[in-house]
Amino acid sequence: MSSEDSDSTDDLPKHGLKGPEPEERPHPEGRRNAQGIRIDPEAEAEHEPRRAVLSALVENDPGVLSRIAGLFSRRQFNIESLTVGPTTVENHSRITMVIEEPDPGIDQAEKQLAKLKPVISVGELDDDAVRTELVLLKVEGDEPDKVHAVTEMYDGQTLDAGPKTITVQLTGDEQKIDDAIDAFDQFGIIEIARTGYTALARGDQATVPGEKPGTANEPTKPTNTQ
Amino acid sequence: MSKQAPSSPNATSEAAEADEETPESGDADAAQSPVTTGSESVIRALENEGVEAVFGVQGGAIMPIYDALYHSDIRHITMAHEQGAAHAADAFSVVRNEPGVCLATSGPGATNLVTGIADANMDSDGLLALTGQVPVDMVGSDAFQETDTTGVTAPITKHNYFASDPDTVGDTVGEALALAGEGRPGPTLVDLPKDVSLDDTEVEPGPAEPPETTRPQYVADESDVQTAAEAIEAAERPLLLFGGGVIKADATDEARAFADEYELPVVTTMPGIGSVPEDDELCLSWAGMHGTGYANMAITHTDMLIAVGTRFDDRLTGGVDTFAPEAEVVHIDIDPAEMSKNVHADYPLVGDAGIVLDQLDDAIGATPDADEWREQCRTWQDEYPMDYATPDDEPLKPQFVVEILDEATDDDTIVTSGVGQHQMWAAQYWTFSEPRTWVSSHGLGTMGYGLPAAIGARIAADDEQDVVCVDGDGSFLMTIQELSVAVREELDITVAVLNNEYIGMVRQWQDAFFEGRRMAAEYNWCPEFDKLAEAFGARGWRVDDYDEVADAVEEALDYDGPSVIDFHIDPAENVYPMVASGGANGKFALTEDQL
Repeated sequence: MSSEDSDSTDDLPKHGLKGPEPEERPHPEGRRNAQGIRIDPEAEAEHEPRRAVLSALVENDPGVLSRIAGLFSRRQFNIESLTVGPTTVENHSRITMVIEEPDPGIDQAEKQLAKLKPVISVGELDDDAVRTELVLLKVEGDEPDKVHAVTEMYDGQTLDAGPKTITVQLTGDEQKIDDAIDAFDQFGIIEIARTGYTALARGDQATVPGEKPGTANEPTKPTNTQ
Repeated sequence: MSKQAPSSPNATSEAAEADEETPESGDADAAQSPVTTGSESVIRALENEGVEAVFGVQGGAIMPIYDALYHSDIRHITMAHEQGAAHAADAFSVVRNEPGVCLATSGPGATNLVTGIADANMDSDGLLALTGQVPVDMVGSDAFQETDTTGVTAPITKHNYFASDPDTVGDTVGEALALAGEGRPGPTLVDLPKDVSLDDTEVEPGPAEPPETTRPQYVADESDVQTAAEAIEAAERPLLLFGGGVIKADATDEARAFADEYELPVVTTMPGIGSVPEDDELCLSWAGMHGTGYANMAITHTDMLIAVGTRFDDRLTGGVDTFAPEAEVVHIDIDPAEMSKNVHADYPLVGDAGIVLDQLDDAIGATPDADEWREQCRTWQDEYPMDYATPDDEPLKPQFVVEILDEATDDDTIVTSGVGQHQMWAAQYWTFSEPRTWVSSHGLGTMGYGLPAAIGARIAADDEQDVVCVDGDGSFLMTIQELSVAVREELDITVAVLNNEYIGMVRQWQDAFFEGRRMAAEYNWCPEFDKLAEAFGARGWRVDDYDEVADAVEEALDYDGPSVIDFHIDPAENVYPMVASGGANGKFALTEDQL
């Protein structure tokens, strides 16, 4: 529909189309927030980031860890820690991830993980899940008695004690580990290695949706159809 | 619960093949000799799935696969560059709605595929890439033409495989092909080490099945559908938004029926072009950065957006904070991860587009009263018509060329395009009415997509269908070597170059947002494309004036082979309407002054 059939082309702007200027057009009052959520009284607030513990049951395909790590870096999910190890089922591993994101980000991370071919199932763990972290601490060995006392207080174990350094192992939740590190700080901490959380759901609850806890060496049914 | 069998593109093609069984394929089936090597197993897996054509380039590490193709009935189209092979296979998949297959050798061959694979990934096009690899015991040694192909392509594939065993390589290829077409389609890749291809095996590949862990959900939860239906009934300004997923799900019949039954206005995304006829009175054409003013006004004012098979790309939404600000969103998509990824879905319905639209249709009791709303949409159509100025003394307008091409061709003509201003004019001024006739690079915006895509579309299309590539001068130059393929294969393709001697879209942005500093956007060293076409062995025309357009188009369409028309268009012409990047859809600019 060229404008050759209209009366005159003189009224037309040199380049462009008809119609009122952007500011003269009617505009609705509403808006959405940066996360695409329509603003109404209930949804007014932006979501604050929170820490979530995700557990993923995966097949031991080659490169599965790099695929998961690559997914997190590509989509800019803020990952705090990631642990991985085999399960009772042959060729299955459990990956436990701690991420810090607003709720929509956590939801999206779960769904993107579930899309990966080697991922059998993904779930977020409740606050009451059993979770623990292991840390190795190497401190100056000048005051072995005091180091030993602090280690005992935190139910830790001494793994190595030499004339210059003492290495202890602690397990526990994040708060306990942080407190212990503060306590060991007085001796002079030389090196730290922390694993990040590993976690399981409490009681007979499945850790990831569809997982059947047990020792049977059977493949877990895939349930990532959501 | 599943529509796996009917929806599997491979099953469809198998069925189609069975229907029209040609004597040759019958003979070939009867004469199929047992598999003796890994590479024969790979080709057998493709044959079993009814693959008719593959696109590729020879090379050291893929030679055993090619050797196995030598005895196969599968048609191989040698492309000039592996990027062309990936784009051609991608376009094949768009036209046929079944995964396309491309081949490349290791190292540079594989990395040359990367752009095409990434393009298919962004547009959810089914694609299987088979790449050669150095022998297994040399992997990791930085051997000649070695690249970590699975590593490079992991972020741009649905999944990729390193085939390390000749006994299972056929099944792996079958699984990769099935996965590419399953649910939300996408590209998969199998890396084939040369020794695995050469090794002996007698294992015939079994039926191709996607991996157990990826089975998508085809039917939406019934109570979710009920809730969404009630919300739709109560809407005052309901609007349908059809994305490319409607076409991929083969759901255009359901989509059109749904729109007609409830008389709801329809807006499409750019990949969704063709899901409904653009000349239908309910269709407001496509929305987004260069979409129609009326589509963008409808999106801005709707209170109930029923979005089907779209991922709410930012070229569609503009800034999400101003996108459809008053609308509740019903989102139908087969990929759960698309729910609330970019725009919050108030009513997420995970499932196949056609099935869920039928479910929704069953659940809706009362037709929403949209008379006034439809009238409003029509008013916007009058207010912001798609139009352009054509004073006689001005140079040739690109929109005019597109309109003439559209008029001169049938409704089922396949249009491919590169990326840039010409792509927008083609999408704006061609009136599409059929699905799978608009083949373009949407998400990745790959310049150079048009010509190799036209080759893939030509191979996939019916002989009666015309294939027209609307290209730009810059875009055409990026993959112009594929013209040699069109000539060698005697492919009837018409390339219309809208030549303004600019990277025009960049120039438009430089003028609007960089105070006219046209850094590196001027292409006034472009070759004469008509002569270049003749040098390749194609036919060529050069057109400068309005009165030459129709004749050149007619001659080019009549010519039974590749032809190129070099349209020298108004270099100052820009694409409008335009929503500024990240801006509000309703604030589209109609002239440069409004940006």
